[in-house]
Amino acid sequence: MAARSPLSPFAAFFRLLRRNVVVLAGLGTLGYLLLPNVVVTVFSFNKPKGRFNYSWQEFSTDAWKDPCGVADMCGSLSLSLQIAFWATLGATVLGTMIAFALVRYRFRARGAVNSLIFLPMAMPEVVMAASLLTLFLNMGAQLGFWTVLIAHIMFCLSFVVTAVKARVMSMDPRLEQAAQDLYAGPAQTFLRVTLPIAAPGIAAGALLAFALSFDDFIITNFNAGSTVTFPMFVWGSAQRGTPVQINVIGTAMFLIAVLLVVTGMLVGKRRARKSR
Amino acid sequence: MTTAHDHGGDVRLTGISKTYGSFTAVHPLDLTVPQGSFFALLGASGCGKTTTLRMIAGLEEPSTGTVRLGEQDVTALPPYKRPVNTVFQSYALFPHLDIFENVAFGLRRRGIKSVKKQVGEMLDLVQLGEQARRKPHQLSGGQQQRVAVARALINHPKVLLLDEPLGALDLKLRRRMQLELKRIQTEVGITFVHVTHDQEEAMTMADTVAVMNGGRVEQQGTPADLYENPRTTFVANFLGTSNFIGAEVAEVSGDDVILKAGGGKLTLPRARCPAPVTTGGTVLAGVRPEKISLTHADDAGTIPSGRNRITGRITDSSFIGVSTQYVVDSPACEAFEVYAQNIERDSRLVPGADVVLHWNAAHTFGLDAEQSPFAGTTGPAGADKAEEDA
Amino acid sequence: MTTRSEAAPPGTDEAPARPARRRGRLVPYWLLLPGILWLLVFFALPLVYQASTSVQTGSLEEGYKVTWHFATYWDALGDYWPQFLRSVLYAGAATVLCLLLGYPLAYLIAFRAGRWRNLILVLVIAPFFTSFLIRTLAWKTILADGGPVVGALNSLHILDVTSWLGATDGDRVLATPLAVVCGLTYNFLPFMILPLYTSLERVDGRLHEAAGDLYARPATTFRKVTLPLSMPGVVSGTLLTFIPAAGDYVNADLLGSTDTRMVGNVIQTQFLRILDYPTAAALSFILMAAILFMVTFYIRKSGTEDLL
Repeated sequence: MAARSPLSPFAAFFRLLRRNVVVLAGLGTLGYLLLPNVVVTVFSFNKPKGRFNYSWQEFSTDAWKDPCGVADMCGSLSLSLQIAFWATLGATVLGTMIAFALVRYRFRARGAVNSLIFLPMAMPEVVMAASLLTLFLNMGAQLGFWTVLIAHIMFCLSFVVTAVKARVMSMDPRLEQAAQDLYAGPAQTFLRVTLPIAAPGIAAGALLAFALSFDDFIITNFNAGSTVTFPMFVWGSAQRGTPVQINVIGTAMFLIAVLLVVTGMLVGKRRARKSR
Repeated sequence: MTTAHDHGGDVRLTGISKTYGSFTAVHPLDLTVPQGSFFALLGASGCGKTTTLRMIAGLEEPSTGTVRLGEQDVTALPPYKRPVNTVFQSYALFPHLDIFENVAFGLRRRGIKSVKKQVGEMLDLVQLGEQARRKPHQLSGGQQQRVAVARALINHPKVLLLDEPLGALDLKLRRRMQLELKRIQTEVGITFVHVTHDQEEAMTMADTVAVMNGGRVEQQGTPADLYENPRTTFVANFLGTSNFIGAEVAEVSGDDVILKAGGGKLTLPRARCPAPVTTGGTVLAGVRPEKISLTHADDAGTIPSGRNRITGRITDSSFIGVSTQYVVDSPACEAFEVYAQNIERDSRLVPGADVVLHWNAAHTFGLDAEQSPFAGTTGPAGADKAEEDA
Repeated sequence: MTTRSEAAPPGTDEAPARPARRRGRLVPYWLLLPGILWLLVFFALPLVYQASTSVQTGSLEEGYKVTWHFATYWDALGDYWPQFLRSVLYAGAATVLCLLLGYPLAYLIAFRAGRWRNLILVLVIAPFFTSFLIRTLAWKTILADGGPVVGALNSLHILDVTSWLGATDGDRVLATPLAVVCGLTYNFLPFMILPLYTSLERVDGRLHEAAGDLYARPATTFRKVTLPLSMPGVVSGTLLTFIPAAGDYVNADLLGSTDTRMVGNVIQTQFLRILDYPTAAALSFILMAAILFMVTFYIRKSGTEDLL
């Protein structure tokens, strides 16, 4: 490029802008994504006048001092955590088994199995929710904890399969052969080689399942009967009145998650440095 | 250490074959690898050499035939019950375990509790004592290769199988590791079965080489024997380079066969011919490029009599340091390759020069004229990966 | 999981008959059985029940019978076509917006973020950990009447344009289609960004240099190299955004009004409040069929069948 006369500050600014237009647009999107979390956090220190916490009144730490001060909220939170835990466990075990079968074995009806895994992810939640409710009503099942758990395992399953499958697929089959060659029987091979190497994929699947289950509203709303999970509590309060404590919980979860991930990243980085 | 009379480490394959659907990877073959030898299975990708190796390891179930280790029939044993260990292609080191645990893996699986001393010694043998607590991905290719060898050897297998163990290394390192592996083999005295597509590697390391082609063993023998007395054009071309002259048998006199080719006469020792030679029949007369001398046509008179000679014209020459490689066009053969040692270079030997090729008649070998003289010439490093997919 | 047979005799003397080693041909079926059964019973079977419910007639008191009453479908479509239309429109608009907003951010993370890459990724995912209902409610505050956002849009005369398009109502944003689309976009944006990022990350940075070396200007490089290579991400991102958005009723309920009801709202009310099961089942069946049809068509058209 030919040398140019010095640019005017205005032109220089514009050139900088043009070169970084992607960065600016990306950061704008990031802002859009994070804005609601900022609002949730700020309004967790609000002291609303009416029943709804939608407009700023005055600063207060009341809600933070008494996060469980709202009737039934912490109960619903604990229920959600329980359901998420068991749904994660169930979906991870079943999904990991399917993923291994899909990657490691040849069998008939592979195409049908693949479609059955894919369809729940391509189905609007409300359709699954409604049809599952139809089934439960037809069977005369008592709606509650168990129906919610069944539903959650069902829709988390496909996501676990996808996550684990990706990991197992990228795994060198020679590693298992090497284990067999080195006197490890099938059980030993699985426990000592296959499982440890597949672990990150399984962990990713489990994490995803936990997040999906914990935050699920639509399917739960249809199949919970009178059982109230945390998202259902929030939904209900949107009609009746939103306590500030909801924002406290939302903020706390956000902070805990970011803290855990950042710590994990730092630990991983330090470990990598140490072993170098 | 076992003596040569102990056959406990012999590998004997009897009528072993492998088919996948309609594709035959390995045709029924018999093979005996004697105890304590360094045996190489040599061939291009897809020739069935890796499949054969995997059948010995137990990673592949043979369609027919039996695998015996010494007196023991191991055909039905799964890999983890066979006293055989493998150094895998690209090593297959466990990424989640450090070097120490990788090497200790086999011992631990066999229920041996105190592994520390053994593993330490083994790591010293392969000069990796310092790296014991590192993860495989932190090592260089050569180091990983040595870990793979140590991991297999520590189990004192009756047979060590090596599946293209040096394929991922660069040329210099590969040469060094070849000598290193040979040293280890001599030291531990274990039978090594080595699969490779690199003929130089096979010849450097192995006592016995079996050349495989299309799921069959073409020929088996010591490297020198294979090189000097190839029985097929495939072997002649795959191991080094050969020139072939299609010739007609003029007469058989005593120990010699006299051939007519390109207007001249060639002598071929009868002992180096395919079994029946009849007057009037055809034969492929072969000669290695380095056995041939090149003399400028003006000096043809200085060539001693009794040597096979052919006239031609140089079409190409390339200087590669230790030797100069010439391509000579002659009536007997279109592209004759000649390697001349760079001792005294004749400045007249340039493309376009008329020359006489001559060589000791005893260096001529005869092959069945039914086969293509070009078999095995398409380079050993084929892109065909059919074998690995098996 | 290790029911593989070990038929091989441990001894050496018996000559083993072939095939001596059975490689546990049933193992994959045992591995698949529980999970697949779960999906069959709690995913596929319910769809069958729903199909049957949609052609039943009767009442809650007297019970329902299968009478092959297909008229339910016509009635449902006749009564609720505006909601269907809105679902497609809102979800489509949200998908386009997600793509426009998400692509720069995914590009930024993949190529320009450097050492900040992991941090930005965390920030994209982190909001997930706050219940999406809480975050959606926050939009009520952000878009509140007379708030700073609405004020800014108003003074820039953007609301005049959107009003004219029918997306907003006077100087209100809340309880208008714009608010619903804005909420949908926000909720499903990460589902667009993550697949986009995954496919962009696989694009070798040297390709940009190669394109530049071969006389492509940055814009051309993007159009001819980056964008085509990121198509798998675009396709899966748009699907992951459009499908849940089309069935969503939370945003329409919390941020919209009775004039922004989507088909999800109808299904929910029919099922949980009015208890008209055949109509709800028919609606949900139509939604499913429409989406599957669109998805199949879209995947065929974009030539990314292997994505599945």
